[in-house]
Amino acid sequence: MNSLRTCPVNSSRALQFATWALSASAPLQAQAKSKKTLSKPGVRNVVLVEGVRTPFLQAGTTYADLMAHDLARGALQGLLNRTAFPKEAVDYIVYGTVIQEVKTSNVAREAALGAGFSDKTPAHTVTMACISSNQAMTTAVGLVASGQCDAVVAGGVEFMSDVPIRHSRKMRKMMLSLNRARTLGARLSLLGSLRLSHLVPELPAVSEFSTAEMMGHSADRLAAAFGISRLDQDEFALRSHVLAKKAQDEGLLTDIVDFKVPGKDIVSKDNGIRPSTMEQMSKLKPAFIKPHGTVTAANSSYLTDGASAVLIMSEEKALAMGYKPKAYLSDSFSDFLFHGKLTKMRCVSFSPTYAIPKVLERSGLTLADIDAFEFHEAFAGQVLANLTAMESDWFAQNCMGRKAKVGAPPMEKFNLWGGSLSLGHPFAATGCRLVTMVAHRLKKEGGQYGLVAACAAGGQGHAMLVEACPQ
Amino acid sequence: MFFVINTHTHFLSRFSIRVVLTQQSLCGRQETPWTARTHVNYEIKGDVAVIRINDPTSKVNTLSVHMQKEMTEIMDEIWANNAITSAVLISSKPGCFIAGADINMIQACKSTEEVTNLSQEGQKMFEKIEKSPKPVIAAINGSCLGGGLELAIACQYRVATKNKKTVLGTPEVLLGLLPGAGGTQRLPKMIGLPGAFDMMLTGRNIRSDKAKKMGLVHQLVDTLGPGLKSPEERTIEYLEEIAVDCARGIVNKKIPLAKEKSMMQKIQDYIMSYPFVRNQIYSTVQKKVMKQTKGLYPAPLKIIECVKAGMEQGLDAGYLAESQNFGKLAMTSESRALIGLYHGQVACKKNRFGVPKKDVKTLAILGAGLMGAGIAQVSVDKGINTILKDTTLEGLNRGQQQVYKGLNDKTKKKSITSFERDSTLSSLTGQLDYSGFQKADMVIEAVFEDIAIKHKVLREVEAVTSPECIFASNTSALPIKDIAAASTRPEKVIGMHYFSPVDKMQLLEIITTDKTSKDTTASAVAVGLKQGKIIIVVGDGPGFYTTRCLAPMLAEAVRVLQEGVDPKKLDSLTTGFGFPVGAATLADEVGIDVAAHVAEDLGKAFGSRFGGGDPELLKTMVEKGFKGRKSGKGCYLYQPGLKHKDVNPELEEILELYKMTPNPAVSSDSDVQYRLVSRFVNEAVLCLQEGILANPVEGDIGAVFGLGFPPCLGGPFRFVDTFGADKLVEKMRRFEEVYGNQFTPCSLLLDHAKDPSKKFHK
Repeated sequence: MNSLRTCPVNSSRALQFATWALSASAPLQAQAKSKKTLSKPGVRNVVLVEGVRTPFLQAGTTYADLMAHDLARGALQGLLNRTAFPKEAVDYIVYGTVIQEVKTSNVAREAALGAGFSDKTPAHTVTMACISSNQAMTTAVGLVASGQCDAVVAGGVEFMSDVPIRHSRKMRKMMLSLNRARTLGARLSLLGSLRLSHLVPELPAVSEFSTAEMMGHSADRLAAAFGISRLDQDEFALRSHVLAKKAQDEGLLTDIVDFKVPGKDIVSKDNGIRPSTMEQMSKLKPAFIKPHGTVTAANSSYLTDGASAVLIMSEEKALAMGYKPKAYLSDSFSDFLFHGKLTKMRCVSFSPTYAIPKVLERSGLTLADIDAFEFHEAFAGQVLANLTAMESDWFAQNCMGRKAKVGAPPMEKFNLWGGSLSLGHPFAATGCRLVTMVAHRLKKEGGQYGLVAACAAGGQGHAMLVEACPQ
Repeated sequence: MFFVINTHTHFLSRFSIRVVLTQQSLCGRQETPWTARTHVNYEIKGDVAVIRINDPTSKVNTLSVHMQKEMTEIMDEIWANNAITSAVLISSKPGCFIAGADINMIQACKSTEEVTNLSQEGQKMFEKIEKSPKPVIAAINGSCLGGGLELAIACQYRVATKNKKTVLGTPEVLLGLLPGAGGTQRLPKMIGLPGAFDMMLTGRNIRSDKAKKMGLVHQLVDTLGPGLKSPEERTIEYLEEIAVDCARGIVNKKIPLAKEKSMMQKIQDYIMSYPFVRNQIYSTVQKKVMKQTKGLYPAPLKIIECVKAGMEQGLDAGYLAESQNFGKLAMTSESRALIGLYHGQVACKKNRFGVPKKDVKTLAILGAGLMGAGIAQVSVDKGINTILKDTTLEGLNRGQQQVYKGLNDKTKKKSITSFERDSTLSSLTGQLDYSGFQKADMVIEAVFEDIAIKHKVLREVEAVTSPECIFASNTSALPIKDIAAASTRPEKVIGMHYFSPVDKMQLLEIITTDKTSKDTTASAVAVGLKQGKIIIVVGDGPGFYTTRCLAPMLAEAVRVLQEGVDPKKLDSLTTGFGFPVGAATLADEVGIDVAAHVAEDLGKAFGSRFGGGDPELLKTMVEKGFKGRKSGKGCYLYQPGLKHKDVNPELEEILELYKMTPNPAVSSDSDVQYRLVSRFVNEAVLCLQEGILANPVEGDIGAVFGLGFPPCLGGPFRFVDTFGADKLVEKMRRFEEVYGNQFTPCSLLLDHAKDPSKKFHK
């Protein structure tokens, strides 16, 4: 198996397998894996060196007066502080964001400059709904694997305490024409065309453009399609909060870096983790489909402010610089799926089911090889529907064109430190939180392979395999 | 206005009832024990009985005698069972709740009394459901029409899916009938007089979201995607789950049955409480109906009568009026004609030439004019990859704009989203050259009506397309075999005659030559069906079927004008006979130049039989630029933005030049009408005699859907059957004496006149 390796530097990894092979008593590795490693000959090993995030806060709380790039800056600075990484050694920065602040449309660049990165380090912003930072990481992995870069910072930020509310199209048109009007008469006649309807503001779309459906509405239909009951959803949401609380109390959420809010306190904890009781949760009315829907405020993720960042490097460079990488990421293991049919019949939050078998097959692993699962929890109903679909032969055969089901992850390996329902879901920041968390869990639990999966608006999904680095 | 009544033009365009022949199949019953029910069954879920309707003999559920019997039995069992507190009524068929009463059941009746009796049985059964001590919930997914709707509104509560296929409506009026099972009594009380009249007099389909707003349904349920079952199956299951919850909610008094009325509703109710206001409504509605139907359709008037009886004299009087009028209407020739058209339309939506070997995935259209762009629109709308080719950029731009506008109008009406509009448009490619034609499975040409140009494009197309590619000509009069003469593969040449405006007119006339292969025909029919057309397939010849019937009638119309009848009078005579569009207006719509062209061509082909008016009159009009609506002047003046149109004063000068003296013996209003109609009908019968038409059904459908032959008469062939061939021949002989061979009845018509037992329709 050493012959598989082509990179001379990563002998430490080989050593790991040698020791595992010797010590059959390693607790979680008792079960033989389909493959010893995901490393591929001829491809550079890409590693996650460190991952951090600001505390995730409910929108409209302590972060309320900030701007998106402030949070992004906090995450970037936190990453630098924690790694003591030389700023000039960063080759590239990729950052994700969903609801863009128009003043900082390339938020990656603004935040990087503000965080004191070199102005010679290029930075770009990506957007792919809730998997924006997953895409940022995938880009980073690609840049490193192809040899273009050695160290890339990826991340994501979402700031829901303030969203761009625009003038109406009519008003905008009039204001733009006013700019061009030369004479007073022309200006007055334009102003004369002002109507009350011009003043109605335009809010950011709450529904998807192509399907005109709201996420929550879609999730409710998805849950109904799989017969996921309100009780199941509430129980799953409660589980998320209880586990998150436990992780918080045990100090497992080490990816958090403190954030000093100007004029306010230093924030160091997520503030949306609130284990409730089933009784209290059952009192809530459905939030989207009324009166018989099952998705409520309690079993959905909430609007969140937050930012995250990860440092992705080539293994050789990281080791050469004296870092101890946390996990291997590889470019070929992230996958995206876009549904051709954008009709309402196909739910948007459904893609992990499609993406997961693809990454597993491409890597030659099976579900049983995975030690830690980190799924994005947009809605409890959506997660449970995905799990049900993965367990269903009917769905695999009729909707995915597969011979048999992939199988669902066992709950004892699933989102053990809470998830988006409890920790919060700043859209573009969640992807890095998932990857960092799965790396930390692998380390803590002694596992080898982790699987990250997330869904996004527009019928897209992301799945990524993560392999623990030798300790 | 509170409501709009369909104009005749669209009278049949929304013939949307899905009542299909349900053969009372006995085999189902033979195989199962006599106690087992085949059409309706129920399951008890806790304290709720779920009644499932599923007619095993048909794709849709209809209220047949058999189904009604089983339903009555089941309701009796439910009422007798103390463990059951409520019931849910649901269909197991995806896409259909109940599509209406079984038409055959009504057609099988021989007398007014029999039909009245049927109606009364229905009324009684639904009244029992309405008064049920245990709440009955109608769970509606798919079409809920006619008797199906009447059953649903007799239930205490209605839940409907947001499915596009879920439509509610009372289409009886389109069959010359009325809602005969309590519908005329319940609807006005449920949704108010104006709404009820609108529904019952137009027969239009109402989507579930609109129905909710109108107060016709209480709750909406989303459709679901695939889960652990197919979307259709799971959606029905979900609907059932919600309906069962509602049933329990009603029993527990958690869901109130009496809905709180909105302020508007209260105001409307208050106003309606005055008999004076109600009378005003009845008379307004009556006037509007008379104006639009010219009194030729009895059903709308009877509907008003029934509603009035119920509102003013009480429920018993209302029920009685409803059942008696239902019986009367079922025996009218108008109803028979409309039902005949309905059956004909169903038949013309099938491909009798089988499945084509190759599916048409890419369609190319030559010429981006009105017709070409129209064909492109109905094609992209159904997901066919369409190439639209024109010779000039201006022409192409105009055509693409037409397609865009057609789709954008749908967006404005909110029947599609702007996203759907854009993704639909993405299957349209506009171009000036023949690139990509090698991938085309079919090319439809809609270029200028000139045999030389047609030959030129045919040769060009055959040079760039694959040997399997079909060449279809959208000509309205040129014989296809003449066009095919230039082809190296005549078996692939066919005629596809669309009607303008293509997106509104439902008919497609397909013309085959003796060389056209069966597979080519099957392909053309398949494409037409995909485009949503009703199709007649006719033999080749000058003018085929439709243009050939219309030409003599227009020739006669010209003569009538020359005899001093002014265009407005001519229009009122034709519309008075039941044509949706008057003859003079029709000429303007078709285009005077086109009419002149066709008259000349067909005149050459058929000789003096196609004479009548002086063809020079039309030519003079064209020379003066009076080409009809498209040029702003024709028989009438057309001003943009103005609905009202005046007679073109300059036309009178031309008419003066071509003045003829009318013969008073054949110039009464009625004679003028029959002169116009008899030439149409005689030519139609001749087409059947000569084998241009395959059967009278297609002849009727083509005349009504393509040319606007009065729907109340059911088409030229049914008209001969009903009116009597002998009487028609008698009239024609009288005209023949004055005008000669233009009125000589054809031999098939004479056969029918001699033997009254001979009928075109059984």
